[in-house]
Amino acid sequence: MTDSAALLNKHSFVELGARQRAKALLDDGTFRELLDPFQRIMSPWLLRQGVVPQSDDGVVIAKGSLDGLPVVIAAIEGAFQGGSLGEVGGAKIAGALELAAEDNRNGIPTRAVLLLETGGVRLQEANLGLAAIAEIHSAIVDLRQYQPVVGVVAGSVGCFGGMSIAAGLCSYLLVTQEARLGLNGPQVIEQEAGIDEYDSRDRPFIWSLTGGEQRFATALVDRYAADDVTQIRQQVSQLLHLGVPAQHRSGQAELFLQRLARLDTDVQIEPTTVRQLYQGERP
Amino acid sequence: METLSFEFPAGQPPRGRALVGCVGSGDLEVLIEPGLAGKLSIRVQTSVNGSEQRWQHLFARMFDGQTPPALSIDIHDFGATPGVVRLRLEQGFEEIGHD
Repeated sequence: MTDSAALLNKHSFVELGARQRAKALLDDGTFRELLDPFQRIMSPWLLRQGVVPQSDDGVVIAKGSLDGLPVVIAAIEGAFQGGSLGEVGGAKIAGALELAAEDNRNGIPTRAVLLLETGGVRLQEANLGLAAIAEIHSAIVDLRQYQPVVGVVAGSVGCFGGMSIAAGLCSYLLVTQEARLGLNGPQVIEQEAGIDEYDSRDRPFIWSLTGGEQRFATALVDRYAADDVTQIRQQVSQLLHLGVPAQHRSGQAELFLQRLARLDTDVQIEPTTVRQLYQGERP
Repeated sequence: METLSFEFPAGQPPRGRALVGCVGSGDLEVLIEPGLAGKLSIRVQTSVNGSEQRWQHLFARMFDGQTPPALSIDIHDFGATPGVVRLRLEQGFEEIGHD
């Protein structure tokens, strides 16, 4: 196949919106949206601050099946307000995860897939957003004891702030090269540490530290996939079939702390330093 | 931010509904649902102030010389150019035709 034919046949996942991503992952004809945009469950806070709201508050909740397995997908729309989570969007995700755990207690093995494109909490909704994210965290921890919760960070927004903790709590995490994952976003770090330490506009530098490839090489995520709908779907399906992991990454804090304790902070940290530090046996 | 309302004469309501676009930079979200027979009503929430005339002209030009279906259209605009608005509306009209 020529290069141009390969390009024409490739279906990018990153370029899809949240709803299209959920549809692309689910088995044909099984997509069923909960609290769809026509119900207009919107943020009551944005309008009061002169910000145009979106009819689904930037979060799509869909039920369906993936290779026959019952799943609920929560997809965040990164193009709307940077994928930020406010009261409504956050409650939609937390509620979906809580209902999935309830399903499991009633004998229905619902799994969850989180499509994370988010800068974290929506600053306009402050504490309400933070509270919603905390609810998402505890809902993930509740559900993952029954069935896997698979997180996908495809890009191009990445996953930051409180939602990076949600990503860390997932049973399995999948990223692409476009993805970034980190607690603080690049601009926040630059503001706090200074541009000499961390230049948020130096894209190769940023990706070398927080990009998908680096996160995979440092064992902070489980899968590294190309930006291709078929590949990502296959890998998500494999992860869902793996079942609950013997030990969750977030249960291995001791291991990561031991590795961090070996870090020499006298010299500037390079991406290779981090790889060497974190490349223990893969869990 | 501004909230604007427009009304145009229309024919019969269609059966389908459609959602196109996203409230992202330079884009807009359009929700199209069946309206009351004879009336096409549009509600626009836009981040761009002072743009009422521009919206009025855009819609008037689009529906000029035809009777559009009776619809209730909700627009959430995040600074889309008239070209993008028109493309999104046409995309939405095509999608209600599919249902």
